[in-house]
Amino acid sequence: MDSTITLFLLQDGLINGSIYALLAVAFVLLFAVTRIIFVAQGDFVAYGGLTFAALQQGSVPGSIWLLAGLGIIAGTLEFLRERRALTRPKVLGILAGDFVFPLTLTGVAILAAPQDMPYLFDMALALTLVVPMGPYIYRICFRPMASASVLVLLIASVGVHWLMIGLGLLFFGAEGYRAAPMFGANFALGPVPVSAQSLLVMGATLALLVGFYLFFGRTLAGKALMATAVNARGASLVGISPSFSGRTAFLMAAFVGAISGILIAPLTTLYYDSGFLIGLKGFVAAIVAGFASFPLAVAGAIAIGIAEAVSAFFASAFKEVIVFSLILPILIWRSIRAPHLEED
Amino acid sequence: MSVLLTATDLSVSYGKVVAVHNIAIELPGSGIVTLIGANGAGKSTTLLSLMGVLPAKGKLMFDGIDITKSPVEERVEMGISLVSEKRDLFSSMSVEDNLRLGCYRRNRSHGGEALEEVFGRFPRLKERRRQLAATLSGGERQMLAMGRALMARPRLLMLDEPSLGLAPLIVRDIFRIVTDLRDSGIAILLVEQNARAALEVASAGYVMELGEITTHGPASELINDRRLIESYLGIG
Ligand SMILES: Nc1ncnc2c1ncn2[C@@H]1O[C@H](COP(=O)(O)OP(=O)(O)OP(=O)(O)O)[C@@H](O)[C@H]1O
Ligand SMILES: [Mg+2]
Repeated sequence: MDSTITLFLLQDGLINGSIYALLAVAFVLLFAVTRIIFVAQGDFVAYGGLTFAALQQGSVPGSIWLLAGLGIIAGTLEFLRERRALTRPKVLGILAGDFVFPLTLTGVAILAAPQDMPYLFDMALALTLVVPMGPYIYRICFRPMASASVLVLLIASVGVHWLMIGLGLLFFGAEGYRAAPMFGANFALGPVPVSAQSLLVMGATLALLVGFYLFFGRTLAGKALMATAVNARGASLVGISPSFSGRTAFLMAAFVGAISGILIAPLTTLYYDSGFLIGLKGFVAAIVAGFASFPLAVAGAIAIGIAEAVSAFFASAFKEVIVFSLILPILIWRSIRAPHLEED
Repeated sequence: MSVLLTATDLSVSYGKVVAVHNIAIELPGSGIVTLIGANGAGKSTTLLSLMGVLPAKGKLMFDGIDITKSPVEERVEMGISLVSEKRDLFSSMSVEDNLRLGCYRRNRSHGGEALEEVFGRFPRLKERRRQLAATLSGGERQMLAMGRALMARPRLLMLDEPSLGLAPLIVRDIFRIVTDLRDSGIAILLVEQNARAALEVASAGYVMELGEITTHGPASELINDRRLIESYLGIG
């Protein structure tokens, strides 16, 4: 293996690793705040990427119907839940947030899709179509069972995953799509060609990770979210609403998923069910980090990305096998070192 | 004296087990009221349900408003704070972050002043403002829990066994702080194992047994109640 190939594999590994790192952070965040192992995390990658690709090709993305449906269901449930205490501002809030907002977005998407819109517009529209699904899903499925056990929550999230996969097939069809890159340029880093898009992926990942760091370390809102993760009852005693924290965590997780999908859509062909395997690697990185440490999750994700690139080069048919078997010793080692995550 | 909080027919269950059964409590707008009783009588359960952490049946009025259905955060916003028996600190965060989160829902615009005030009351916390809550001693943890509750400038402060597990000298400090808070006009509901000390600083008291309130009245009467002396107060 000469140094050109090494650099090439490293580049590949870093790109994939970046995406896994983002997803791992989302897994850790969501679990810490809501105790939900959100299996559908990866589906947001596919939805983000495919919605974006559809907009680029001038077709209306089917995901808009899911957005509209989720909004209407969430809003209707909210009306039922609050029926005894409905005030004017509450009614207006629900109407605006759960009916007008998603339906307007749906309309915008239908009108804008056939037009030749700028790249950034398509990107922003894809994000605003997919990201709100996160908080809606939380409100519909998970908030009513907030005090359920981790296992029950996991089963529910598997349910959400299968639903998203099934609907994904309906919305996007069985064929794969690849989006056009934001910048077509290529650079040469020594002997290795580096595409501008891959630099974009790594740059955006770095920016997002720094953003997370600042949000949790420096802002009261970030600390409040962390507080829910550290001690949920303590958080509610100072007036941090658990359901607000849940919605925020789901918003961030959906954002991370969708932006990852949009960023890698020009680099790889995405299918309606591609998200699962991508998400799984982020998930494994989150496990490596014991669902607790953000830096460990990022390090684990980058390592998985590189291991994957290297094994793809030597034995591409066994790529996944190699990656997941490499992970086993780490997991065994972890389970020996930290047999229990104590719950207080 | 105006009434601040009224609980009527309050019942709380853990699954099928009824831990608090049809109790009635009335708290005035100032002064200390104490809730005493043996281990497992249901004191902590009562406080948690008044705070809204545990769902309860019955009726709850605060300052003339029905808060029976209000979630915890709305009760915090109205001025109810609880220092729970478990303290519920944010252990992996610094002392200062714990305090600043104390005014997340209420009094945020005066957070800076409130922080100085808490540091004035608990100088120990100021020295350790960057230390992680997890590394504090038992007494310091109690101070931090009280300080965090005070950051919101509550109108009603509920304290669940503030002297639990503390050395006698620190217990004396804590009681001094509790009476200071009372003198500053905060209404306090105090749960204490040390019933005599609690009745000495309180104006009224409630006695709980097996989830029910069996006796209540002015503290000066309860402290001389022969039956209470036998079961809770010992020889004074
Ligand atoms: N989470 C729970 N699940 C089931 N039962 C509980 C739970 N918490 C408390 N109990 C039960 O409810 C009853 C009242 O408990 P509570 O903690 O309110 O008592 P307490 O008066 O505060 O006692 P202590 O003085 O020991 O703190 C006890 O019998 C206890 O075992
Ligand atoms: Mg107790």
